[in-house]
Amino acid sequence: MPVVSHVTCPVCGSFCDDIEVIVKNNVITDVRNACAVGAAKFLDYANHRNAKPLVRKNGELVEASWDEAVRKSAEILIDATYPLLYGWSSTSCEAIRVGLELAEEVGGVIDNTSTICHGPSILSIQDVGIASCTLGQLRHRADLIFYWGCNPWSAHPRHVERYTTFSNGRFQKSTWRAHVSRLGGILSKKRLRRAINLVLGRDVFATPEISRELPYNMFQKKRKMVVVDVRKTHSAEAADYFLQVEPNKDYELLQAFRMLIADEELDVDHVAGVPVETLNEIADVMIGCKLGVIFFGLGLTMTEGKIRNIDAAISLVRDLNQRTKFLIMPMRGHFNVAGANVVFTWQTGYPFAVDFSQGYPQYNPGETSVIDILCREEADAGLVIASDPVAHFPKKAAQNLVKNPLIVIDPQTTPTSLMADVVFPSTFVGIETEGTAYRMDHVPLPLKKIVEPPSNCLSDVEILQRILHEVRRIRSKRK
Amino acid sequence: MLTKRFKLINESKRILSGWDSLMPKLKVSLLTGRTVDQGVGKEHGKLSEEYQESVAICHMDPEDIKSLGIRENKNVKIITNFGSVVLRLVKSPTAPHPKIVFIPYGPWASLVMNPETHGTGMPSLKGIPAEIEPALEEKVSSILDLLEEHYKRE
Repeated sequence: MPVVSHVTCPVCGSFCDDIEVIVKNNVITDVRNACAVGAAKFLDYANHRNAKPLVRKNGELVEASWDEAVRKSAEILIDATYPLLYGWSSTSCEAIRVGLELAEEVGGVIDNTSTICHGPSILSIQDVGIASCTLGQLRHRADLIFYWGCNPWSAHPRHVERYTTFSNGRFQKSTWRAHVSRLGGILSKKRLRRAINLVLGRDVFATPEISRELPYNMFQKKRKMVVVDVRKTHSAEAADYFLQVEPNKDYELLQAFRMLIADEELDVDHVAGVPVETLNEIADVMIGCKLGVIFFGLGLTMTEGKIRNIDAAISLVRDLNQRTKFLIMPMRGHFNVAGANVVFTWQTGYPFAVDFSQGYPQYNPGETSVIDILCREEADAGLVIASDPVAHFPKKAAQNLVKNPLIVIDPQTTPTSLMADVVFPSTFVGIETEGTAYRMDHVPLPLKKIVEPPSNCLSDVEILQRILHEVRRIRSKRK
Repeated sequence: MLTKRFKLINESKRILSGWDSLMPKLKVSLLTGRTVDQGVGKEHGKLSEEYQESVAICHMDPEDIKSLGIRENKNVKIITNFGSVVLRLVKSPTAPHPKIVFIPYGPWASLVMNPETHGTGMPSLKGIPAEIEPALEEKVSSILDLLEEHYKRE
């Protein structure tokens, strides 16, 4: 049976490159090494497929020819004064490059999904810089791993196994076995507690209090994982220590750590719901490590403080580097969101929220970013590629997006494609089309073509090029 | 005597007419995020049953469920300053997290999110103050009904 090996997984920012796919008669029959989400992508991608180009006529989406759909979308983009081109993080760098050319040609605003993901992180990195590295370094060397405001168990299921605590590096060994034996201990403890509750006539299923005390293994020399979050996620269960912070209080906690690392005293008993003694102990563990890393997620970028939270986190890492070696990395969501930032930057000078309405690139997140433009009702047309903003934008923004003429390029039927005026059926990049994408640590990796696409679907690159040519043709004709 | 009687009548009227005001309500902090089920559901297709089952839900602390006086898998209504949505209640697998309610990313969560970006381009999708109340009579709308109701074009 033909096995395609070293396949990159076009799902999350971890962008695993060790997937094996078994193909029989141009159909994927099995996937090895992938997580649940990756396997679902490879095995179920053909469900709810857009089969043919669709154009809205009399309020209904009806099948149309490629030429008609391309002409209609070119007209929509030309007739608009401030079109919005959004998505880009789940397609290849090659497609993004054509998209930027199209945005410049039509004088629109082009924005990628980092605007509602790690946009604040990028702003903060531009303000204070970042001490980062590639994931390979961390796999081999990191002995203290923080996951702050992120839940890799759910969002990047193989991150811990491939790059951090449960991976076997050259200088740092996996703590998987220790974790499994600890789980056994936790389970027996749970059973014992239930039995005691049963005997004493208490509520058997009562949830236990979370202990604030640092376990003994936090003071050992081997690899350690700490999760900081507002709730005990599944990642927190796999961690050596879970630090529960009150919602919207991350900034206070980060600044408290900065003070403790600078050997200053805190005049309060608790910061963000955590006793200062606990913080002191964790600060000691941070200073005592050989190489530490903070992976941070949307728990920092989306909550109160936004970019200031990231400022504080990066500054904490900078302070820690006076005492030991410490690094920091954002947990990027989509497989090519880092690539979108990279291509945007090398083409326009800015990583997201680029406005071409003046004929040259302008960048001012808060003004030229997609949510703000939609909430101010300034856009008058939209092109959405490889994204589903109707499902994921706050209601007000999504309502203002679907109010205007909308073009959607997506392999699957989504809430956004159902609301569109023109729908292009594209191929799945990484399954049916080749390309390049950037992993969360900015390492470019190839996306493979595993199966042949359906005959009536085109790649994102081809679709965008056809729209671009049509825009130029109509423009020259009108002149 | 008369005033006392009036007070009594008024009180009973208030109780009878304002049945809603007697419904237990809970002030909570709303979180959104990814789950593995949401990830798998979206790969099955955004219009699939699996997707709705995995995202039209809210995870709540078992103690909070008790104080609402309802059981798991019943419907609740979540109200914020930006909208309201009916979701199926699920006992949180990651309790305890009192007064924190988690909804996976999706069209249902988006209905109650805060679009304010504070000049960063980023809406506030976590830590939103909300009220939650039982909605036993109301149904969780399907994806097509939801689009029809909230995003229909003029």
